[in-house]
Amino acid sequence: MSSEQQPFITDESRVVTETRDSRMTGQGDRFNSRLREAFGSSPFILTKFDKFLNWCRGSSMFMLQFGIACCSIEMMHTYAVKHDLDRFGSGVPRASPRQADVMIVPGTIVSKFAPRMKRVYDQMPEPKFVVGMGSCTISGGPFQEGYNVIKGAEEVIPMDIHVPGCPPRPEALVYGVVKLQERVANGEAAPVTVKPYELEQFGDLERDELVEALVDQIDEDELVMRYNFADSP
Amino acid sequence: MSLEPLDSPDADVIPDHTPEELEALLGDLVLARDDHLNAPGFVIRPDTVQETLSILKEQAGYDHLSLVSAQEYENRYESIYHLKKFDDPTQEVSVVVPADKDNPVSQSGEAVFRTADWHEREAYDLVGIEYDDHPDLRRILLPETWQGHPLSLDYDMNQPQIAALPAHVNPIQDHHRDDESDTMFLNIGPHHPATHGVLHLKTVLDGEQVVDVESDIGYLHRCEEQMAQSGTYRHQIMPYPDRWDYISAGLLNEWAYARAAEDLADIEVPEYAQVIRTMGAEMCRIAAHMLALATFALDVNGDFTATFMYAINDRERVQNLLEDLTGQRLMFNYFRLGGVVWDLPEPREEFFSKTRDFLDQLPGNIEEYHNLVTSNEIFQMRTIDTGILPPEVAKNYGATGPVLRGSGVDYDLRRDDPYGYYDELDWDVITEDGCDNYSRLLVRMQEVEESAKIIGQCVDLLEDWPEDERTIQANVPRTLRPDDDTEVYRAVEAAKGELGIYIRSDGTDKPARFKIRSPCFSNLQTLPEMANGEYIPDVIAALGSLDIVLGEVDR
Repeated sequence: MSSEQQPFITDESRVVTETRDSRMTGQGDRFNSRLREAFGSSPFILTKFDKFLNWCRGSSMFMLQFGIACCSIEMMHTYAVKHDLDRFGSGVPRASPRQADVMIVPGTIVSKFAPRMKRVYDQMPEPKFVVGMGSCTISGGPFQEGYNVIKGAEEVIPMDIHVPGCPPRPEALVYGVVKLQERVANGEAAPVTVKPYELEQFGDLERDELVEALVDQIDEDELVMRYNFADSP
Repeated sequence: MSLEPLDSPDADVIPDHTPEELEALLGDLVLARDDHLNAPGFVIRPDTVQETLSILKEQAGYDHLSLVSAQEYENRYESIYHLKKFDDPTQEVSVVVPADKDNPVSQSGEAVFRTADWHEREAYDLVGIEYDDHPDLRRILLPETWQGHPLSLDYDMNQPQIAALPAHVNPIQDHHRDDESDTMFLNIGPHHPATHGVLHLKTVLDGEQVVDVESDIGYLHRCEEQMAQSGTYRHQIMPYPDRWDYISAGLLNEWAYARAAEDLADIEVPEYAQVIRTMGAEMCRIAAHMLALATFALDVNGDFTATFMYAINDRERVQNLLEDLTGQRLMFNYFRLGGVVWDLPEPREEFFSKTRDFLDQLPGNIEEYHNLVTSNEIFQMRTIDTGILPPEVAKNYGATGPVLRGSGVDYDLRRDDPYGYYDELDWDVITEDGCDNYSRLLVRMQEVEESAKIIGQCVDLLEDWPEDERTIQANVPRTLRPDDDTEVYRAVEAAKGELGIYIRSDGTDKPARFKIRSPCFSNLQTLPEMANGEYIPDVIAALGSLDIVLGEVDR
């Protein structure tokens, strides 16, 4: 019989057999990856779309390159050799808040900086997450009694993870970030527990003694942040 | 150059004035004497500040205004100008300027010492003294809209405050706009990778050139002086110095407090503890200079992955040693008044051999940095002859540390005002004459080698120290109450320069006034001198070469 008279048939018997054999006997890494094992014999994944997206989000997080105080030194060590946060899929610091989805707040927040941090946070695209690094972002830490210190970053922006320490070791920050990734992958959101200070237009503030004193200095439509230190936790 | 006694025949003879001679020189200007532990003090009228300072500067050679400290008493305000000589910092004099309680106005010293500009702004901001003839008396650390002066006696900590987020406008646009040129206002920071923290530079550009740059600081003002004033001498203050210059330079800062408080309470530190302190402090200096190198290379080369990683790697090694010694990586809290908290880690041999291993590989690593950074042609083009800071300008601004030594001024408190064990060891003070960004980096890199020499000698000493003479702490009373109204100002050579502490005691176990002289605060003030007229990338290079750390600038 000549080949011209026959329709073209691929001889796949060998391929199919070998593939199936190696799958069944466990030979050949190419076909018997861990992933394949997890999927079972079917090459299809059945999942919810948002679940899949959460997994993607948690597996690739872009950090905001954001140094404030002492903790930023340990944060740099976390990004750099030895601790290498990139191993966990979250070690790419971005200088622009527009490109970042995680903000690590590494230090003490003071009155002059809080409006700026709020602005930077607002500039990050949704969904965004915040890791508070160190005691200062929890309560003001060793500087809690200071006349100029905001008693925790949570008074300004919502936080997802707190890493305690003064400063936390890089290992602790890695743990915190990995915990955040886990939560993001599971689609968990952090509850906002403190009513944060807001950026408001000066004209919208309630007229009290303090506002009256500043009327000459601040324009009506300028953004301001009002601190009630007496009510701080 | 090292450890030459100051009275050696070939050294320039520095005229020394007795307090009586100074009093005669100032004549009628002196109202009274108010001596401090470290220096004679002369009380003058608040409208004769410029006259007094210029006599002391021109005729008596006190060319270094180290610190202006301000405070409020029950019946008056007071500014103190702490003067020194760059040629011999052990010669000190204090000019005490009382001001009226109800109307605290005092003449500004800015016309004589440029550095008084920022110091007096800070005094106005925190204490509330107003300075006549000051070129630009505004708040410096707190928001402009702040109400009250927080270190004055009647300040209410719980009062509400408002901070504004203004849209910045070009303050000098009108003066510079014509047909040929147009200026542009550029905000750099406070959130910016090149500002090394939360510094805000208000920059006015004409094309690529900088017309004016103004540093806006205070984004990390976390009330360090208030914290120290509310802690007891013995234990509660020591943790805070670690957090001023937090680039692992903790022990150097702790030493500043320890030195001032030990002089105040008259505590003698055992020799063995001094050797440990010296060794630990130099390890901190290496760590701090390594980060300066890393971030400078980052600013200039944008080479995050190479130089930065190399330098961080070396820092990790030093930090491991420091962790073995003190128990912490960054915030050591290792010094105590009268010594250190504990002895070297056991087994001692292991610690010594680890330290020696580090020292042995350091020269090879520094060679690598020279290959990577200083002999890199692009790097040289960016740094040589940019950011020029002439020595006289640097002195006028009170710049110290590697910044001053990079301008060729031979000034290092470790040698010139010896403390610790430095005067028994063999090492050199590094200076470079280039006055540019490159020189400042070279000074730091060579200082790392000198620090390694010091550590090596300390390790040799500690290894042979007889076991029964290892006293790590002097006998210090549990509660320290220095005599009422005793004042002292003491400085040490920290990683960034002269770090000084002024303490006034009031007979209790807490200081009545605790003032920090931060080297970075003065160094940063020189930025416009280096940047104006240069290209915008050179501003970034100049800022990187100043190696500021905002925790210490703002305190």
